[in-house]
Amino acid sequence: MFEKALKGNNNYWIWLAFLGAVMSIAGICYIRQFTTGLTLTGMSRDVSWGLYISQFTFLVGVAAGGVMLVLPYYIHNYKEFGRITILGEFLAIAALLMCLTFIMADLGQPLRALNVVFYAQPGSMLFYDMLVLNGYLGLNILCGWVILTAERKGTHPPKWIYFFVYLSIPFAVSIHTVTAMLYCGLPGRHFWLSAIVAPRFLASAFAAGPSLIVVIALILRRVANYDAGKKALDKMVTIIIYAAIINVFFVGLEFFVGFYSDIPGHKHTLQYLFFGLEHHGHVYDNLVPFMWGFVFLFVIGLTLISTPYFRNNKNDIWIGLGCASIFLSFWLDKGVGFVLGGFVPTPLEEVVEYYPPANEILITMGVWAMGAFIVTVLYKIAIGVEEEMEA
Amino acid sequence: MYDSGKILTGLAIFVLFVTFPIWYNHGDAGAVPKVEKAANNATQCVRPVDEMRSEHMQLLNEWRDDVLRTGDRSFAVEVDGKKYQKSLMNTCMKCHTSKKKFCDECHDYASVSPYCWDCHVAPEDMN
Amino acid sequence: MDKKRRDFLKIAGVSTLAGLGGTAVVDRLVSGTSPVQSEAAKHADNAQGGHDSHQEEAKSGNRYGMVIDLREFKKDPALGDKVVEVCNHTHNVPDFPKKKDEIKWVWLTGYENAFTEHSQNYKDQGTLDNEVLVMCNHCDNPPCVRACPTRATFKNADGIVAMDYHRCIGCRFCMAACPYGMRSFNWRDPRFALDMNKINKEFPTRMRGVVEKCNFCAERVGLGKQPACVEVCGSSKAIVFGNLNDPKSEIRKVLKENYTIQRKPSLGTHPSVFYIV
Repeated sequence: MFEKALKGNNNYWIWLAFLGAVMSIAGICYIRQFTTGLTLTGMSRDVSWGLYISQFTFLVGVAAGGVMLVLPYYIHNYKEFGRITILGEFLAIAALLMCLTFIMADLGQPLRALNVVFYAQPGSMLFYDMLVLNGYLGLNILCGWVILTAERKGTHPPKWIYFFVYLSIPFAVSIHTVTAMLYCGLPGRHFWLSAIVAPRFLASAFAAGPSLIVVIALILRRVANYDAGKKALDKMVTIIIYAAIINVFFVGLEFFVGFYSDIPGHKHTLQYLFFGLEHHGHVYDNLVPFMWGFVFLFVIGLTLISTPYFRNNKNDIWIGLGCASIFLSFWLDKGVGFVLGGFVPTPLEEVVEYYPPANEILITMGVWAMGAFIVTVLYKIAIGVEEEMEA
Repeated sequence: MYDSGKILTGLAIFVLFVTFPIWYNHGDAGAVPKVEKAANNATQCVRPVDEMRSEHMQLLNEWRDDVLRTGDRSFAVEVDGKKYQKSLMNTCMKCHTSKKKFCDECHDYASVSPYCWDCHVAPEDMN
Repeated sequence: MDKKRRDFLKIAGVSTLAGLGGTAVVDRLVSGTSPVQSEAAKHADNAQGGHDSHQEEAKSGNRYGMVIDLREFKKDPALGDKVVEVCNHTHNVPDFPKKKDEIKWVWLTGYENAFTEHSQNYKDQGTLDNEVLVMCNHCDNPPCVRACPTRATFKNADGIVAMDYHRCIGCRFCMAACPYGMRSFNWRDPRFALDMNKINKEFPTRMRGVVEKCNFCAERVGLGKQPACVEVCGSSKAIVFGNLNDPKSEIRKVLKENYTIQRKPSLGTHPSVFYIV
């Protein structure tokens, strides 16, 4: 079916060439990092994880979000999702490949990555994360491909594939739960040490993943003549509204626990993220704009997708903007604030801020470009098959 | 068969390409390197010479795991009443005083680059 | 007793002692030596012949610890820097000009930074004046070891939390897991910031991309010596080092006679470094 990806109009090729160019620049930056070391990032012994791991954390959510299409379609037999379920599965593949790339980019000794397998440690959450991420990746490739092949042949998918489809549902939940456990099982990092991290991650994932799919579906309607179906999109918007509200509700609970209990350790990171943390006469607040961006975009996004005026508007640009706002908002929350904020204050109660330099930012953009490249090619194949069936 | 000409040409080019090192060196593997003899008149290594030649890497790995992981710092060998600890820097390189003339000779010849010297300090690197 | 049987007994003993039941056994099995290595081990035994008597007994049940007497450090204000210096030299710890690349094994910090849980109001001047020597606590229940996906960091038979730089993949999970901030990462080649003419010729440097920290001088302790920082304190007894599991050891005597505190005891990590304030 790959030949479908080799036929496209000029815009398709220009887009791919653009992404390829970004990836090449990032490749050069990575060679620099590989030969010089991670000193070319903004990380230090105090903020020991940066953009790579925070993007990884966010993208695990995007990958898990695809289950919000799979579950209604396969478990509840919600037929409207029939056409777009494949979009969720293919998006998950791209997001997971980005996750794995980000982890590799973050390793100090990437050539030794397989030590995680050779010396497997059942006590380490990273070991389980490796298992579920690769498992979920394999499941999505398998299910997506088998079902698309069957569709192309005009037959029903083989019965055995449903076992793997159902299996992928708990896997989707587990990838984000285990990723949350990377953080919430660490003693002495108060901001992360919270049982609500995993549910919060899931809620944010179930809003961010579908948001991205809605945005992409609306773009595809314009550039590829692909109609996901109004009812399907509408249902997804409903799912996004609920998940987004639950995520922000969970964030609110963190605020209550921190500020009502008034325990310094529970407040510090929230203060640092939202208001700036005063330490030895200096206020550290470099993440404050991002966090208020999160709040602001959430309010805008929720308004656009939930008020009848915009939601039922003939022009679907409002829904698109709304979903894009939610996606961006939760990226700021989880892809910036959650991971970076957790390192402030340090275990020695100092404050060290993190500023990623150009090399690190370019590598990060390159991995995003790689993800966009994979999504583009996979969606081209999926849409090509559908067009072939309709023709 | 379609395009059999193209396929066969392609295959031929591929075979030529992967065997290029053999053609280039006329099938000759070059002179076997001679490594420097141990300094300080040592007559005996921690293991027989043949064994060291073929298995020193396993031995070093084993020493590493013994010393670092198991905490077994028993002596590697005793020669003429002198005990030698399991240590690359403090045992091996005390007799073989040049990484360049001892290690690199063969490693370059065999085209291997072990990462020992990323951390361990070669005699040449310190004065 | 042949090596294999001794290894087996050691494994069995340690597994049981650790009280971790199944997981410990699995850990041991999984991290066991490869067939190549055991093959080499057999050769080693043959060649070694009767040298077994030189080997030390299996050190099961050791747990090394340290008592740092801050009063002595106040008496001799130069002592702290001396300790840091000797450690840096002994272990070839690089001194990077940029703080972002910084690598530290042992260093001096403020009382409030070291003891964040002992932050009573209206501290006396004496307490505030303390410069506290901090280093890896070699916890009895180390979160870094739990987090490590490759067992590159592990607790050895002496209770020392050790690093295997050959195995570390540089994921820095242990750095996030350490509640004391005692771990450093080689953001670049450490030799960049070392004077290779002045290094300790008996100890390796590290390489780019691995995590490092204080090793309680495992390389000296294993040979029956005291850690370098203890040695440099001389007769002042500013740092006492010994086996916490031995009720007759000097360190246990000091612990019995003095009121000591540990860093962040509420986290249940059971640090092996104690302080007399």
